This record gives sequence, structure tokens and C-alpha cells, in this order.
Amino acid sequence: MDAYRALLGKDLRVELRTLRSLPAMALFAVTIFVVFRFGLDRTGLEGELAAGVLVVTLLFASILAINRLFVAERDEGGFELVRLAPVDRTVLFAAKASALLAYLVVLELVAVPVFALFFLDSAAALPPLVPVLLLADIGLALIGTLISTIATMSTARDLLAPLILLPLMVPLVIAAAGAAEPVLRAGGPEYERFGTWLAVLGLYDGVFALVGYAVFDYLLED
Amino acid sequence: MSAPSLRTLALSAAALLIGGYALAFFWAPLEAEGFIQKIFYLHVPLAIVALLGFVVAAIHAIRHLRTEDPIHDARSYVSIHLSVIFGTGALITGALWAKGQWGVWWEWREPTLVSFLIIFLLYATYYPLRYSIPERDRQARYASVFAITAGAFVPLNFLAVRLAEPFIHPRTFSSTGGLPGEMLVAFLVCLAGMALLWVSLVRFELGAKGASGDLAKLRRALLPSEAPPPAPRRAVAPAAVSTMSADQGKGS
Amino acid sequence: MEPLLALEQSEGYVAGAYLAFAALLLIYVAIMAAKLQRIQRELRELADVADEPAGRPKRKAGRASRAQRREMEAARREAQR
Repeated sequence: MDAYRALLGKDLRVELRTLRSLPAMALFAVTIFVVFRFGLDRTGLEGELAAGVLVVTLLFASILAINRLFVAERDEGGFELVRLAPVDRTVLFAAKASALLAYLVVLELVAVPVFALFFLDSAAALPPLVPVLLLADIGLALIGTLISTIATMSTARDLLAPLILLPLMVPLVIAAAGAAEPVLRAGGPEYERFGTWLAVLGLYDGVFALVGYAVFDYLLED
Repeated sequence: MSAPSLRTLALSAAALLIGGYALAFFWAPLEAEGFIQKIFYLHVPLAIVALLGFVVAAIHAIRHLRTEDPIHDARSYVSIHLSVIFGTGALITGALWAKGQWGVWWEWREPTLVSFLIIFLLYATYYPLRYSIPERDRQARYASVFAITAGAFVPLNFLAVRLAEPFIHPRTFSSTGGLPGEMLVAFLVCLAGMALLWVSLVRFELGAKGASGDLAKLRRALLPSEAPPPAPRRAVAPAAVSTMSADQGKGS
Repeated sequence: MEPLLALEQSEGYVAGAYLAFAALLLIYVAIMAAKLQRIQRELRELADVADEPAGRPKRKAGRASRAQRREMEAARREAQR
């Protein structure tokens, strides 16, 4: 538990001090919104389009963070540290995933209000989105940490990680956009199959938490 | 427990497939959709066997991580290879079915086709992943982790894609609910034949890999001074498994 | 002249699907056959190398007749004893 807190604290502190990923992610998300405004030729979004633009933008921004998740460990020998320390290596998985989750939440705290500002008529739709985005973030964090670790050791890491991640993220996109679509309808938030989609997100999170917990050790072996 | 020989497997697969398709064409009744429905007996078994193959690959991968025996890695690799091929077959036959039945080459509302596309895109990254990790042991280990993750992903993906369609789906291939007796029998025979075909091809390919590995070993022993021959494009760990014979393989 | 089996459009697609399956299978077999041929070739090269130290004449290119090969095998076994 101490190791977890130490690792997580280190990551968050480093990010706060160097601001390596977060500003870029936020800027990226906002820029994508602008691109969509022109690509779709619309100044207001609702329902399916709104859900799609929001979820896809968050997805791509998360890939930025995932690509950079282990940069420090790679460059400064962080992996050896964890290997040598008398700690359960899964702690690194939990700490990294938590850090990534934190980055995603902070990103959304910026990007979602901007999205509402750009495209939505009212902010009434935002509160119901919170559980949806949170569950989706957990899934992104888990799968992102896992694949980032795999890609870290390969020679084509920047290319490989998104390639592997995007298909894996499709269920998250389906469920998050599926839940968000009725919520973002013009007449006010509706809840079609909201529970179903949250359940799917929860299932996804559960499965990959288990998988990550089970296999992470093997990734760190020499 | 001795595994059946490759010859038995292959002959049984051939018998079941020929029998199954004979039943499908000459015995099973014609459906309301017409003759085009006959593709069902080909497309669905291909899809099911490919999916099961991915799950089998994940199981082999788990064993590989636990035992560190490269033979499980080889089995996982070959299972994925053949499942990708069967999956390609499922996509092609699915497209032909869509064209014949609805006049379009692709149908987003058909959950099987869409799930398969996603799974195919995922497993297609298996090869770049392997080639990009030069150290053999690490490559095998990471590939196993990938196989396990992807294997867990397959059912989740199906669930999500299926749910994405509105409850009333006018365009699906799901004829398995409420199949008349003759169609069910023919379908099951075809499915069994397809499964045995997959197993036979896996054994076959494992045998070839084993022979390659043995050959490399022989070469090193007989020509120690010689520079190793230009590495085949597949410089992957399974080639190192040298002591397999065609009689081993999935059997154990 | 009318074709023997005047296929309707849907029947064409069914035939196409089964043909695609057969093609996939045969292409796979062809690739595996090529691989096996390469293995055979290399094996033969190594067998030749194995012959040399024993002073046996290198097997000439092209397959020896079955009788010749049996003779060589017997001779090889004799030499090993």
C-alpha cells in the first residue's frame, strides 16, 4: 500500500511539476473540437453526433497520455527499480493506472465544459455524463496501462500502442457513446438503456482489471 | 492420454465437412430467404471456430506464462495464425452473403461481421508486435500477454457490438434461433467438421514449425563455423521449439 | 449454347462463398508445401555435409534412384558400426 502511494504520488508530483502531458492533452482535445466543427460543418451538436464527437475526442487524447505513460521509467530505469524492490510488481500497474485515470479526469474537467460551450445548448446534460465518463476512464486507464507496458518494450512503440489500443477501445466507445447519445438530445437528457451501458462499462473495467492484475507481473520479468 | 494422429484428424475433418455440406445442400430444407441462406452453413462455422480458436490461443498463452515452456507459445502463435485465416474466411463469406441477400457488400447492422472486423484488426497487430521485440523470451512472453488480453476482449466485444444494434434488427444472419431439425443437424455436422479442420491445420503447422526448428538445430551442430543463414522473415520464438513432432500438438 | 447450370444471382454468391473457402484452404496448403520443400532442400544439404567427413562421395545433385539410396543407407550404417 505504501509502495502504491509512493509510486502514484511520484507520478502525480512529476506531472504537476513538469506538466508534460496534461496541457498537451487538453489543447489536443480542444483543437479536435474545432476540427470537428469544420469537418462536420456544424455549430451545434446533439444526440448521436454530440456523443460521438465527445467520446472519440477523449479517446484520441487519452492515447497521447498512454504513449507517454512510461517514458520516465524507460529513460531513467524505473523498471529495474520496481524489479529489485521487494514489492509486488502489480503495485506498479495499479499506480500507473491510477495516475492515468487522474490525467483523464483532469482532462475531462477541462474538455467537457469546453465541449458544452462549443456545441451544446445547455449544461443540463453534463451531470448524467459523469458516471459514464468515469467508468469509461477507468477502462481506458486499465487497458492503456497494460498496452503501454507492452509497447514500451518494443521498438515501434509509438506506432504499435495506438494500433493495438483502438480495437480494444471499441466496446468503450460503443457503451459510452450509447449511454451519452440519449443524454445529449436536444430536448433534454433522456435515459435509454443507461443502466445497460453502465453495466457493459463496468464489466469491461472488471475484466481488464483482473487481466491486468494477472499478467502484469510477466511483463516486468527480465 | 494419446492424441489422435494428424491423419485421423484430417480424414475425420474431411468426412464431416463433406457429409455436412451434403446434408446442407441435399437434405436441409430451403429457407424463406432462398438459396442464399446456404452460405449460413459455411459462414457461421468459420466464425465460431475462429472465435473459439482465439480463446484456445489465450489458454495456451496462459500455460506458456505459467510453465515458460516454448511449446505453449508455439501453440498459441499457430492458433492465432489459423484463427486469423478462418476469420478472413468468415469476413469474405459474410460479405458475399450480405451482397447476395441484401445487395450490399458490407452491412454495419450485422453484428457478426462488425465484431469480426474489430477482432481481425486487433489480432492483425499480433505480428507487428512480435516482430518488434527482438529478444526471443520477452517476445514470447509479451505475445502471450497479448493473446490473453485479446482473448478476454473477444466476448466483451461481441456483447458490446450486439447491444449497439437496436433491438429490432431487420438485417441479421442469426438463424440459429429456431432452426428446424434438419438444418440444425446439418449445421452441427458442418461445425464439427470445421472445428476438426482447424485442429488438423494447427497440428500440421506446428509440425512444420517443429521441423524447421530441428533443422536449425542440425545446421548449427553440423556447420558451427558457418554464419547463420539469412533469418527467415518470421524470426519468432516458435522456431526455437525443436523437439515437437507432428504427433504432439494440441493433444496434451 | 446455354450453360449447363444456369445459376441465378443468389446461387452465384453461394458458389462464390464456397469457392472462396476452398481457395483459402488451397492457398494455405500451397504455402505450407513451399515451406516443406525448403525444409527438404536444406535437410538434403545437411545430409550431404554429414556424408563428407566419413569420406563418402558427395551425393550428386538430383535424386538418386531408390536402389542407389538404399545402397548408400546400408553403406552409411555399416560405416557407423
